[in-house]
Amino acid sequence: MTNSGLRKWAWVHKWSSLVSTVFLLMLCITGLPLIFHHEIDDLLHEHAQPAAVSPGTPPVHLDGIMEKVHQRYPGKAIQFLAWDDEEPGVLLWFINDRVDSDPLTNRIARYDANTGAFLDEPDFNGRFTTILYRLHTDMFAGLPGKLFLGLMGAFFVAAIISGIVVYAPFMRKLKFGEIRQSRARPVRWLDWHNFLGIIVVAWMLVVGGTGILNTWADLVVKIWQYTQLTEMLGDGKDKPAPTKLASIEDAVKLARGKLPDMEPQTLAFPGTIFAGPAHYVIFFKGNTPVTSRLLKPVVIDAETGAFTDMRDMPWYVTALLISKPLHFGDYGGMPLKIIWAILDLVTIIILITGLYLWIARRRAPAGQALEGTSFSVAERIPT
Amino acid sequence: MSQQVLSKTTEHSIYRVPAIIALVSGVGLIFALVGDGLWDVMSWLAVGLPLAIAAWVWWPISAFRQKATPASRVLD
Repeated sequence: MTNSGLRKWAWVHKWSSLVSTVFLLMLCITGLPLIFHHEIDDLLHEHAQPAAVSPGTPPVHLDGIMEKVHQRYPGKAIQFLAWDDEEPGVLLWFINDRVDSDPLTNRIARYDANTGAFLDEPDFNGRFTTILYRLHTDMFAGLPGKLFLGLMGAFFVAAIISGIVVYAPFMRKLKFGEIRQSRARPVRWLDWHNFLGIIVVAWMLVVGGTGILNTWADLVVKIWQYTQLTEMLGDGKDKPAPTKLASIEDAVKLARGKLPDMEPQTLAFPGTIFAGPAHYVIFFKGNTPVTSRLLKPVVIDAETGAFTDMRDMPWYVTALLISKPLHFGDYGGMPLKIIWAILDLVTIIILITGLYLWIARRRAPAGQALEGTSFSVAERIPT
Repeated sequence: MSQQVLSKTTEHSIYRVPAIIALVSGVGLIFALVGDGLWDVMSWLAVGLPLAIAAWVWWPISAFRQKATPASRVLD
């Protein structure tokens, strides 16, 4: 690496960090409790539990439960039916005024899959974790907010990569992990910043990179709808909405028969964003740690109940689905969550020490600095 | 400006340990995706490696600082 090359990297590190630090601090602080959002929700909110049943009890007919949902919510439309990932035996019915209403305004009714009984309708909107989640994903600004945070994520990745490059000139006379403890605070904090930064590089790159991918989720879904879903529906994409829907119990049974090693995860009703105007789309997930993250859509005619098509998700949807656990850290039990939280705290330390070093550097211009407190990259490069 | 700040060998020695840590913790992130049980445990060890190293560096320093007298603290 030449001197002028290093100076350019130092410039990239300084400005990509300065532009994004405030937002990254917000993301780290809101992200920390979100790692434990399930535990926090359980602690703060009561949940009706499904009745205990002896193993092997056949679940209640889905059409029967749907009948009860319609009785409870007269005149309303059901958009989706989901099999709860975290609580087997619980069915989630997503209800709105119309089948094409904005899914963000859906009400979610929980039903016992084994008895068909209504459990409760939790209000997620005012929740502590929901507010944190909105701040973390779009700062209550919708898609522009998401894309803006994605841009901040890109600056974060640029800061990490440039940080790796400018790490070397600081380490010429230091051993790995050496903290010059007897020196002034800026030197000590510089050593901590460099040491912590370089040891958590892989984790920060993965969480930063997958965070950026997640900000594109809405766009990825749109691309999938316009290309893959349209192809799968074929001529059915112009079919009028059926006046009477075919049995969802039979539709799920038919799809299960096609995919014996997979489990249904979500059923999208005709007219919703994830289905056709006259077709159900049932998304199946695998039953291993990796494949349970991946989805396979099955299209069933909602008028005749006939199988129409099924295919694997394209690579870009798969990448998005895999990126979610890698961002949230919720895929390896409580110990991984705790490790995730500590790594998040380490990232906060790196951000704060970095900001401190920039301020300290401005207060003590070159030449006036105490001997040995040369902590700007420029001063480490011989002229 | 073509002067090399660092020779190739120094650069290699500076990045050797960080590269190993990045590789181990990066692969560890995938372990927990692949399977449960033993895979999860391997993932905790690998992803937690940087934290163990940070604790290893921090521990003697914090012990030293607690022993240091107020007078010696002023000097730094």
